[in-house]
Amino acid sequence: MSQETFEIRAISGHAGSVPGAGVRREFEVCKLIDTTTCIGCKACEVACLEWNGLTFSETSFDNSYQTMPETAWNYWNLIKFNEHEREDGSVTLLMRKDQCMHCEEPGCLKACPADGAIVQYVNGIVDFQQANCIGCGYCITGCPFNIPKFSPTARKVFKCTLCNDRVTQGLEPACIKSCPTGCLHFGTKPEMKELAENRAAQLREVSGFANAGVYDPSGVGGTHVIYVLHDASNPEAYGGLPKDPHIPWTVRLWKSPLKWIGNLAMAGGLIGLAVHYLRFGPKTEEPEEHPKEPSQSKQP
Amino acid sequence: MNDQARLLPNGRILRYVFIERLMHWTAAISYVYLLLTGLAFWSPWLFWIATVLGGATISREIHPWIGLLFVAATIWMYQVWADQMKETALDDQWWHALPHYIKNEDALVPKVGRFNAGQKSLFWGFFWCGLLLLVSGLVLWFPQEIPWSWRYLRIGAVIVHPVAALLTIALFMIHLYMGLAIEGGALHSIVQGDVSQSWARAFHRLWYERVLGESAPKQ
Repeated sequence: MSQETFEIRAISGHAGSVPGAGVRREFEVCKLIDTTTCIGCKACEVACLEWNGLTFSETSFDNSYQTMPETAWNYWNLIKFNEHEREDGSVTLLMRKDQCMHCEEPGCLKACPADGAIVQYVNGIVDFQQANCIGCGYCITGCPFNIPKFSPTARKVFKCTLCNDRVTQGLEPACIKSCPTGCLHFGTKPEMKELAENRAAQLREVSGFANAGVYDPSGVGGTHVIYVLHDASNPEAYGGLPKDPHIPWTVRLWKSPLKWIGNLAMAGGLIGLAVHYLRFGPKTEEPEEHPKEPSQSKQP
Repeated sequence: MNDQARLLPNGRILRYVFIERLMHWTAAISYVYLLLTGLAFWSPWLFWIATVLGGATISREIHPWIGLLFVAATIWMYQVWADQMKETALDDQWWHALPHYIKNEDALVPKVGRFNAGQKSLFWGFFWCGLLLLVSGLVLWFPQEIPWSWRYLRIGAVIVHPVAALLTIALFMIHLYMGLAIEGGALHSIVQGDVSQSWARAFHRLWYERVLGESAPKQ
C-alpha cells in the first residue's frame, strides 16, 4: 500500500484537476486506537517527537497525567486523561490518544486557500505541505477536532502526518510501533474497521460495556483514525471528542454556495455595467440646459 | 454643509480640497490592494494575483496591515464627510427617480446637493462594511490566538468577512463605473479637485447654486 502515499486525491486551493484520483487501486490506510487497552504510558507521544524530530516544548501540570492541555505545532500526539464518573458513582480514568483524524472529507483542506498547502493522498492521509502554506490559519477554523496548530517561528501550520514518510516505505506510523499494549493498530480501513467492530462486540458481550462501539464519524465522511470506546454514546467524555463532528457550516457556506453566488454576481455586475454603457452611455452636462424638454434629453 | 467649495479665479469650481483628495486616494489605493489580495484568497482561479503581488505568503502578511490603513482612511472620511452624508428629505425623491438617473434622463431627477443619495449610500455602505471587515478581519488575523472554547468567533468571521467584502465589491464596481465612464469630469475632480460650472450645474444643482451664492429661488 506504499505507492498510494505518492498519489494525490485532493489539493487545497487548486484550480483544475488533481493528479492521482482514480489512477491506482486505492487502499485506504487506517489507524485504530483501542482506548480500552490504553494504559496512558505516553510511549506514542515520545515516539512521535523522536521520529518527527520535533523541538521540545514545556509541559504543564494541571492536576492530571496529561502532558499539556492540547496538541501543539511541535507536539502532534497527546494522550488526553479524563477522570470520568460513572452513573454508579465510581470513577474511571479515560485515556484517549489525540491527534489528526485524517478525515475523509477534511475541513482543513476545504478551508485552505493556498494551492497545494494541504493534500489528501489516495490512501486517505491528509498532509500539510508547509512550503506552500501561507500561514492564514483558515485550516484551524475548518477543523472540527482542534488539530492544526500555528507555529509562531515558522509562521506555518503543522499537525500529525500519520507518518506518511514511514507509510511510503511500507512501515507503520511511529506511534503504532511504540505501543506496548497493542492498543494501536495500523492497516487498511476495512481491516481496521473489522478489527474494531469485533473488539467492540467483545466489550459489549463479554466485558459488560453495553455501550461499547467504534468512533468513525460520518459527519466528516469517516476518518482514517478510528477509536474503540467503552461508551460510544458519550465521546465527549474522552477529552472533548465531538459526538457528531462536521466542517463548520460557515466554512461550507463560504466555500460552496457563497463562492458561486459571489462569482456570478461579480461577473453579472461587470456584464450589466458593460450593457448599460452600450445602451445609455455617459451622462452629458447638456440636459440641464433644457429643463423643460426632458424628452430631448437623451436619444437612445 | 461645511465643505470648502469655492469659485476659482479661472471660473471653475473647487469641489474637493486637498485633504479630501488625499483621504480618498488613501482609501482607494489601500482598497484596491485589499481587493486584489482578497480575491486571490477567495478563489483558486484568482490565486495567481497573489503571486503577481509578491507571493501569497507576503500577501497574507501585508493584507491585514493595509486593512488597518483602509480603516484609518475610512474613519478619516467619516470625520470629514459624515455630516454631509446625512440623509435628507430630498434623498427619497432621488431614489424614486433612480430609473431616470440610470437611463440618463437627468432632467427628471430632482436637484441634489453636494452628494446625491447614491453617493451617500456608497459612503455608508463602505463605512459599515468596513467596520464588519475590521472586526472579522482582526479575528482572521490571529486565528491561532482564539481559544477552542471561543471558536465560534472564528467560525463567524470566516463568513462575515467575504460577505461584507462582496457588498463592498458591488459598491466599488458601481463607484468606479460612475467615476470613470459615466460622469466625465468626475475623475478630474477627485484628482485635481475642480469641476466646470456646467458639470456642477448638471449633476449637483443645489450645491452649485449655494457655491455661487444663489440662495434666492430662481424666477
